Formats: sequence, structure tokens, C-alpha cells
Amino acid sequence: MIYLDSAATSWPKPPEVLKAMVGVLERAGGNPGRSGHQLSIEAARVMYDAREDIARFFNSGDPMRIIFTNNATHAINIVLKGLLKPGDRVVTSSMEHNAVMRPLRSLEERGLILDVVPCASDGSLDVSDIATAININARLVVINHASNVAGTISPVAEVASIAHRAGVLFLVDAAQTAGVLPIDVKAFGIDFLAFTGHKGLQGPPGIDGLVIGDHVDTSQIEPLVQGGTGSQSELEEQPEHLPDKFESGTPNIVGIAGLRAGINWVKERGVEAVRAQEKELTGALIAGLSDIAGVKVYGTHDPEKSVAIVSFTAAGRRVSEIGLRLDEDYCILTRVGLHCAPAAHRTIGTFPGGTVRLAPGAFTTMDDIKEAVSAIEKVVRS
Amino acid sequence: MTEYGVVLFYTTSSAMRAEKLLAREDYTVKLIPVPRQFSSDCGIALRFDWHQHEQVRSALDEAHVEVDAMHHL
Repeated sequence: MIYLDSAATSWPKPPEVLKAMVGVLERAGGNPGRSGHQLSIEAARVMYDAREDIARFFNSGDPMRIIFTNNATHAINIVLKGLLKPGDRVVTSSMEHNAVMRPLRSLEERGLILDVVPCASDGSLDVSDIATAININARLVVINHASNVAGTISPVAEVASIAHRAGVLFLVDAAQTAGVLPIDVKAFGIDFLAFTGHKGLQGPPGIDGLVIGDHVDTSQIEPLVQGGTGSQSELEEQPEHLPDKFESGTPNIVGIAGLRAGINWVKERGVEAVRAQEKELTGALIAGLSDIAGVKVYGTHDPEKSVAIVSFTAAGRRVSEIGLRLDEDYCILTRVGLHCAPAAHRTIGTFPGGTVRLAPGAFTTMDDIKEAVSAIEKVVRS
Repeated sequence: MTEYGVVLFYTTSSAMRAEKLLAREDYTVKLIPVPRQFSSDCGIALRFDWHQHEQVRSALDEAHVEVDAMHHL
């Protein structure tokens, strides 16, 4: 089997991740912070250690500002729904996933003013367009760190510095980059980082998070969900203290243990080493596909400017048919269609037909890529 | 017999942070359920040797660990 769907979720997971998940149930199976007994305390230790590791991994500072969520969509919703009020202006790009677009369109119906800055057809964002849009009294800028459709990397550090000069908050959707591109929350100047735990960070699905910058005033953000936190139980009102304000209900301790093991696996291997391998695979994939007659590859065609995500179409062939044949005849797993990102597909010119998306991961080899290119050539020609 | 004190926190995460920090500096500490005579705040409190309460207090302050209260047991 050749798994080329790591942009949806990475697979396989490092064995250390599976071991950590089983291990936490065996030795720390209590509900963290809810009870004072040893299994509960051990679970709380696992959770706290994970916060510290994540804060160090992204160089974000205070571990109390690592908020665990069910997915990056949830993290993005915490910021958008909690922070924005009717009449606020938000700047975003035309390459966003529906995790950003849908909450913004919903808020727009209730009075939010939304400015969608168009990107080029290779998915790239012109920083000066963001600068122009920001200067009209914006509250927040939200962009992806890399497109889930074309792989194109956004200039987040430049956008952050423009946002800060204008006194505008900055939310980064790092679903496709956490674990595969270096992210330094302090150095980049990111206010909110929504990250996925189950892609580049190698954790299991169902555990992701929000990193809140040290200087961000969280009293201005209403929690999306209120409930039990194990703390300040005498109050019927939600506590203001972090991380509890944004973490109600029993946490996914099994997922957190897996995510922590995944992050440590990435740290040991090195983000730079993962990146170097993915660049090589992406380059080979783009070159191989570009040689097939009738195939059109989208994005920048430059692995330096892209993560390991390559979208293509083939003249006269439906993407669903290509995906099915690759799966059934060659056991090559891809994702076809619109990838929950209709705006991005409009931008690159593939709406509504969509593309076939190939997303290698940390365990993909050059042989996998060669085999995939050869299979795609046969499918497209047949 | 050892005389104990307890530190109460606003969040479980703060209790974990305090335990880690103090254990690293060789203080004898233990996380216990919050004694009901004090508060119903965070479910977990940190028990320490009361004779070290000044040092414990300053170690937590230095590390900016948010403390709700400190009591003699």
C-alpha cells in the first residue's frame, strides 16, 4: 500500500505513539484534575508535560497557553467565534480551508466585515495585498501557513510583522505545517496558532490545539464551550484562568499522550530532516507528473515554496475515477475532489471539478513516489 | 512528626507545574486532594514541609506559578 493522504491525516504512526497511548491507559487512566487520587494525578502530569513539550516545540512561552482541542477546526473556532464581534473587520486569503471560511461566513451573516484577499493561481499570497487590507481598521488577520490544496507556503512571518505594526491580531492555521516546517511563535510574532496533532506531528486523530501568544489578552475571548474544569468548582461561572477557560469537559488524555510521543518523535528526527525529505519527494512528484501528457500540476512547482502536497488533474478524466483506479488497481491512496476548500479551488482554477491530491508523509519513500507516478501514467493513458 | 502546609491553585496545570518545579529543586512535595477545610478550588493541592514555606513561596513566585492560597495543615 502506498499512502499519499498525509494532508488528511498521517499514516502509519510511529510505534512510539501507539505505545504511549496504550501505556497511558494502563498507568494513568484517571480523569486528570478531577480527582485527587494517584491515577488522576498521573494523568494530569502527562497532560502538563505535553503542554510544556508543545510550548517548547513552537517556542511560544507559557505552557498554560497551550489549549487542547478536538481538531484544528475547533481551535480556529475558539478564536473566531470567541473574539470577533459584529462590525469587526477580518482579513483572510482566498486559499483558506472551510475550517476558516465557514465560521467566517457564518459570522459575516451576523455583521462581521470580511475581506478575502485574492491569491495568485499558484496559491501564492502577495504580502502587500494583506498590508493594504489590514490598514482599513482590521481586528484580525487569519491565513493558512500552507495550502491544503496546492501546498503553497504563506509568508506568515511577514504577515505577522505587518499585522503587529497595524495593531491587528494574527491567527495562523498551521494544519499542514506543524511538524514539517519550523514554527517559532515568538520569533514570527504569531498571536494564535491553530495546529493539527495528527498530521506532521504524528499524533492520533482527535487531538489538536491552540497556542495563544504570551502577550494576548484572553479576557477579550469568550470560551466556545463552558463546563467542568476540575477547578474552582464552587463557581457556576466559567473560570478566567488558563488553560481551564478554554478546556471544559474530560480531556482526551489518550490522544494527548500519543501527540506528545509524536512530537518527541519529530523532535528526535528533526523538523529540518523531515522537511528535507519531503522536499525531495515533492520535487520528484512534480517532475514525474509534469512529464505525463495531459496532466496538469497546480501550485508553485517549486518544493522550496511548498509543503509535500501536490494537486493535479488529467485532461478528459474525472478526478474521482483516477482516485478510484489508483486505490483499487494499485493500492495507492489519495484524496480527490475539493478538499473542504472551495475558495482555494476557485483560486487555482479547479472548481468545481477538483483535483487529485497527493500528500507524502514522513514514512513515504522515493520508491513509493516512482511507483505512484508510473501508476498515474498508466491510469491517465488507459 | 512533620508539620505540613498546602498550596492551593486555580488550575490543575498550575499544581502540576509547581510539583515539577519543586521536585526538581529537591523539595519533598506531594499532590493531594484539596483538604475540605480550606477550599473547593482546583481538586488537587500540593503538600509540603511547613518549615520550608518561605522558600516554597519564593520558588513559586520566581517561576510565576499562580497560587491561590497557602495554608498550614
